[in-house]
Amino acid sequence: MAAPEAPPRADALAAFVLRAQVEDFLYHEAQLLDSWQLMEWAALFTEDAEYAVPSTDLAEDADPRTNLFLVHDDRFRIEQRAKRLLKKTAHAEFPPSRTRHLVSNVRIEADDGNALQLACATVVYRAKRGIVDVYPGHAKYELLRDGGTAGFRIRRKRAILDIDALRPQGKLSIIL
Amino acid sequence: MASIRHQPSAHQVRGLVDEDRSRNRFRVHRSTLTDPDILALERERIFDRCWLYLGHESELAGPGAFISRSINHRPLIFVRDATGRIRCFYNVCPHRGSLVCREPKGVSKSFQCAYHGWTFSNGGKLIGQPGKDAYPEGFNADGEYDLPEVPRLESCHGFVFVNFDAAAESLDDYLADAKPYLELIALQSAIGMEIVGGTQEYSARANWKLLLENSADGYHAPTAHASYFDYLADRDGAAFKDKKFSYNKAFGQVLNLGNGHAVSESQGAIPWGRPVARWVPGWGEEARAGIAEIRRELEERLGPEKAEMVAERDYNLLIFPNLAVLNIMAVTVRTFYPVTPDYFEVRAWAMAPKGEAEAVKDRRLRNFLEFLGPGGFATPDDVEMLELCQQGYACQNGAAWNDLSKGMFREADYAAKQDELQMRTFWRRWRDMMGAEQRMSFREAV
Repeated sequence: MAAPEAPPRADALAAFVLRAQVEDFLYHEAQLLDSWQLMEWAALFTEDAEYAVPSTDLAEDADPRTNLFLVHDDRFRIEQRAKRLLKKTAHAEFPPSRTRHLVSNVRIEADDGNALQLACATVVYRAKRGIVDVYPGHAKYELLRDGGTAGFRIRRKRAILDIDALRPQGKLSIIL
Repeated sequence: MASIRHQPSAHQVRGLVDEDRSRNRFRVHRSTLTDPDILALERERIFDRCWLYLGHESELAGPGAFISRSINHRPLIFVRDATGRIRCFYNVCPHRGSLVCREPKGVSKSFQCAYHGWTFSNGGKLIGQPGKDAYPEGFNADGEYDLPEVPRLESCHGFVFVNFDAAAESLDDYLADAKPYLELIALQSAIGMEIVGGTQEYSARANWKLLLENSADGYHAPTAHASYFDYLADRDGAAFKDKKFSYNKAFGQVLNLGNGHAVSESQGAIPWGRPVARWVPGWGEEARAGIAEIRRELEERLGPEKAEMVAERDYNLLIFPNLAVLNIMAVTVRTFYPVTPDYFEVRAWAMAPKGEAEAVKDRRLRNFLEFLGPGGFATPDDVEMLELCQQGYACQNGAAWNDLSKGMFREADYAAKQDELQMRTFWRRWRDMMGAEQRMSFREAV
């Protein structure tokens, strides 16, 4: 069996740079969420975007149109989610919890020149009233290179929880 | 019982529900929501005596279909046997006690214990035993080494319940006047209803009874869910503004359905849309014709009056002790069990007509998720309220009682959705079962 052919240096460098750009974008998204700049977060999404979190007993590629998810937002509801969470009447998040979104193991799975499909591992910590909840998971994104101030826009984000029930966290009042 | 605990006396327990009809005052002592001895007594006197929701017939498609599911923290196998009959076994090997079935669901002719290899048919019969020649002739002739079966299993309109008390009255008697409300859901479809794929499994750091109270609490909606109503107003604009929560009969009522069950209902008065079948502007014009078509099918099949009820009646049905069936902006079935006095686990499902068109199901599920579930725009705030209450119960030495007397003075005539008759109905039943002089079957306590 022949060893895999080493890619030409220029391609390797381009892949390296692209991954760094994508990682920077994901870190930017994480920072917006952790600093509760939620309207700015919502603005990262395209007009036809989807943000979804499957129920914990579903396959990660399950169809939210025919299966009960925990979250299935279109663009309107993404913005409404952000808007709601900034209100004092979003009681589960008043006063806002402290969160930290960690992103790792970033891999670009496909790139057609316009849209990127990527996968990453995620851990979100949420602290409130003396309790720290941990949300281990991974995420799948479709990013568009349509510029925007952050370089990319999100057309699809699926946050998949790597737990078999939402316990003991009990709620997804934050954005993953 | 090997554990050492103090079992509260019947008199003590009855005193925890303070009902004073002369002053129309109804209070519940907060120790009922924090005391481990109370929880131990609930397990014995309520959860081991009442009919408990196991699942829906549609979850088991054909012979051999099974689901591992715990009820009151007992691991069970919910299965359709080879003859197609729905059965429920304790998921425990009669040999040495290991869990037999380790998969959450599937289809199988048999279940094999991984420890020593004993094998059981999907009807619970012991059909394989490695080293059988070391057991005497006639071993298991009386079936004592078959998978133990839960003593009672009965169903109503597709909703399957179990009872750990062999002497319990029939499910039919138990459900009393709650039955027509299960039927109204079944009537949404000419060919039957089904559980949609995906289970919302979550929890709250609070006492389980608080979710029962919360699941049909009309009083909390305008404050606890203000942000959800803001969202509806943003989406549906002027059409939303015509709808207001009010205290008159036209808006709705709460009914005591007997045996601790209650319903909070209204017809055509609430601002959200219903997949079967009430259109709202936020769904867009293209959805309007589809909703009209569903409505027409209901009218042809059921006649105008019944069709109107199926399409327009919103209700939160509470079945004692721990089942809430909400037929509102979607249909959800929700059941919950205590782990400790201050922590419970919830399982919730969505129901839909079998064979529902994909676009309709999509709308139904989006509608479900806008309000319901741990990622919705309302349920997380409910969980938060329950947890805030539970934290407040630490102050029992200074503030010992919950008040549930809202609307009590008029409850014989009329109970508004924002009154608290539904909670009083639950607690009166709870008091009667928990505070009886000796443990009794549900029938005896009636």
